[in-house]
Amino acid sequence: MNNKLVLLAVSGAFAVTALQSCKPQNTSSVVSGNASVKAYVAPGKYDEVYNFLSGGFSGQMSVYGLPSGRLFRVIPVFSVDPEKGWGYSEETKPMLNTSHGFVPWDDLHHVQLSKTNGDADGRWVFGNANNTPRIARINLKTFKAEEIIELPNSAGNHSSPYLTENTEYLVAGTRFSVPPDNANGDVPINTYKQNFKGYLSFVSVGKEDGKMDIAFQLECPGVDFDLSRAGKGVSHGWFFFSCYNTEQANTLLEVNASQRDKDFIMAVNWKKAEEYIKAGKGRKEKVKYVHNVYSEATHSASSEMKTEVTILNVKDFPDLCYMMPCPKSPHGCDVDPTGEYIVGSGKLAALLPVFSFSKMLKAIESKAFDGAYDGIPVIKYEAALYGEVKKPGLGPLHTEFDGKGNAYTSMFVSSEVVKWNIKELKVIDRVPVFYSVGHLCVVEGDSKNPTGKYLIAYNKITKDRYLPTGPELCQSAQLFDISGEKMEMILDFPTIGEPHYAQAVLAEKIQKNSQKIYKIDENKHQYVTKGEKESKVVREGNKVHVYMTCVRSHFSPDNIEGIKMGDEVYFHVTNLEQDWDVPHGFAVKGAVNAELLIMPGETQTLKWTPEKPGMWPFYCTDFCSALHQEMQGYVRVSPASSNTPLVWSLGTNLPKAEEPASK
Amino acid sequence: MSLLSRIGIIVAAVLLIGSTFVPIWQIDLNAPQYPEGLTLKIYTDTLGGNVDIINGLNHYIGMKTLHTKDFIEFSVLKYIIYFFAGFSLLVAFVGNKKILYTLFSLFVLFGVVAMIDFWRWEYNYGHDLDPHAAIIVPGMAYQPPLIGFKQLLNFGAYSVPDTGGWLFVISGVLMLLVVIKELKFSKNENK
Repeated sequence: MNNKLVLLAVSGAFAVTALQSCKPQNTSSVVSGNASVKAYVAPGKYDEVYNFLSGGFSGQMSVYGLPSGRLFRVIPVFSVDPEKGWGYSEETKPMLNTSHGFVPWDDLHHVQLSKTNGDADGRWVFGNANNTPRIARINLKTFKAEEIIELPNSAGNHSSPYLTENTEYLVAGTRFSVPPDNANGDVPINTYKQNFKGYLSFVSVGKEDGKMDIAFQLECPGVDFDLSRAGKGVSHGWFFFSCYNTEQANTLLEVNASQRDKDFIMAVNWKKAEEYIKAGKGRKEKVKYVHNVYSEATHSASSEMKTEVTILNVKDFPDLCYMMPCPKSPHGCDVDPTGEYIVGSGKLAALLPVFSFSKMLKAIESKAFDGAYDGIPVIKYEAALYGEVKKPGLGPLHTEFDGKGNAYTSMFVSSEVVKWNIKELKVIDRVPVFYSVGHLCVVEGDSKNPTGKYLIAYNKITKDRYLPTGPELCQSAQLFDISGEKMEMILDFPTIGEPHYAQAVLAEKIQKNSQKIYKIDENKHQYVTKGEKESKVVREGNKVHVYMTCVRSHFSPDNIEGIKMGDEVYFHVTNLEQDWDVPHGFAVKGAVNAELLIMPGETQTLKWTPEKPGMWPFYCTDFCSALHQEMQGYVRVSPASSNTPLVWSLGTNLPKAEEPASK
Repeated sequence: MSLLSRIGIIVAAVLLIGSTFVPIWQIDLNAPQYPEGLTLKIYTDTLGGNVDIINGLNHYIGMKTLHTKDFIEFSVLKYIIYFFAGFSLLVAFVGNKKILYTLFSLFVLFGVVAMIDFWRWEYNYGHDLDPHAAIIVPGMAYQPPLIGFKQLLNFGAYSVPDTGGWLFVISGVLMLLVVIKELKFSKNENK
């Protein structure tokens, strides 16, 4: 009897243990003992890697250090940032101009580091605006957005801003096909098939200065262009675009755009397109798009409205584009470091097709076609296919590479990262992520020479990973050590906005070029003040220009009288400091505006329209020195009819103070 | 004077000329906010290093700003050194011991006067403070050390000869050795 009871108890305990081991893995089972050591960067020590994250719906780009996951900076790009005066100062307002006017927000999805010979060169990082199609270039000396170009004929600028191996071109494919800009867009939506087109923009990048220009656009069938990658090495000269909704549905896409068993990866021979453009085969179209440039010399941005693009209709050039069938609404189409393999990730597919570039070329040569899609030859699936990875996971999205013959694919639905061998098409390892990974990146993982030490997963769902903050939670990134055979999770870190793609690069490529100050001697701002003696206040009608300087710990002038109601006051504040890490800030009480943050040697302008007479203090907002609290001043505003003289001063009262009468 | 002595004096002259191309003195400043340090380099005819930054910081304590043009020394120092270099060459050429001793005495005198002058400047800058300065610490002066280390509020100041100063010292030592050698020689001759 007793024996039976013992047996029962033992088997019960065994059953519980067995059940436990069947439970899905959780954090404690995937984080091993020395993970904290691997992610630990001691105070005062530098990280090995810069990680540039798209901010998604924040519109900005954030800069993290790896392996620590520390946030260094949020670079304002497509959204206003009152903290830095971005979009508020007179100098930066033009950066957010578009053909639709000033747009204060956008959705930055993908980042691309500039490349030379297929490797990150640390000069610039590019980001796309998804909503009002634009591309921005950020200078990695100053970590400042210095150019933004708008893209006509486009909507949902999603397959963007992917670039070629020497940064010859950035591409920008439209996710929402739309009627072209100069066509009548006021048509029934159900005429999608007749009236909607998908445009791919090729934006050239200046070799030395990085200046962007729309070299040409390809007019393609009206489908949804999702993501893209340039060929490299053997496939240099080609671009690959994934596309879905080849059903050309215009409503309930989640069902209607998922009908076909295969959509396409479109291969574009851009060298050929270049030749056609050179031969004058393009047609010019009148469009409107804005090109904004920030000058480091004048510390000011300017906007230019451009009016023409050159277009090639791919239907008219049969050797320009080819369709490779790819299972079920492909998302990522990623090219391995050799340039030979192209990995398509069908969001709804149960396998991962790997295409071979050399087989694709042979198929084109031997015309192994399976008809055409809207005039574009469709290559037979097997003719370009290298092979399929069977049962990789559910919901494959994006793939990057470690340079050792392995690929890493994010699986949204099964919430894991899967490591597999490209040649053998075999899964090597899989790790759970928390939860539902979107993009992932390996350090320089899209280059010819990835430095495969770390992989970062950017997850869409955070849930219980951090202390809760109400219904709205941060987004989460997870860091993996991939130097061994098995991937090892070593860190979680929260991110700003909602990162989509991110890129990581060895710190040494950027760190040494980072600028410390702007030289005051080289400041060519129209309203620069190169010394306190030059500070002044100038009235031009109802516009008042204040030529103001700041230095630890005062503004010059710090007392201003004679401003009248109806005036527009422009504070042109020059930071005279020439020492590293001594910015000053500037804010005025009641200004319907933001603050300024002025870096050493820089001039920035805050526009202020006083709304009533009285006394209006201003002060330095960036703790600059032991006497920062003393860094303040007053502006006196008088009624429009008053005759208060325009005076300004520092240190001595102007007008002279009257002695109070003694008793 | 022996040939060796003459060569010694010529080398001293060359070193003196060399000292006019490099900084002769440096004052290193370190503070918690300046882990990379700030340096004031003193040349024979100008100030170098982080002069502007140091001036910016010194306004808190009401110290006068440093400007090359405020120092008469910078317009003559170079020529005094040229004079000594020329004088040395003359000594080497003529080989007269009396002139050698005169050179050495003048050189030592110059060295002493220069150091006194340097101390005087340091004293004046360290004590002649604006009474309206933002930071006034009763009894506190900001005279940097003539040579060596001193803590001045949050800054540690370290004052030492720079390359030119060392060249200067070496040429002085060379002259001294030549003088000793010649003195011994003359004693031997007298026996």
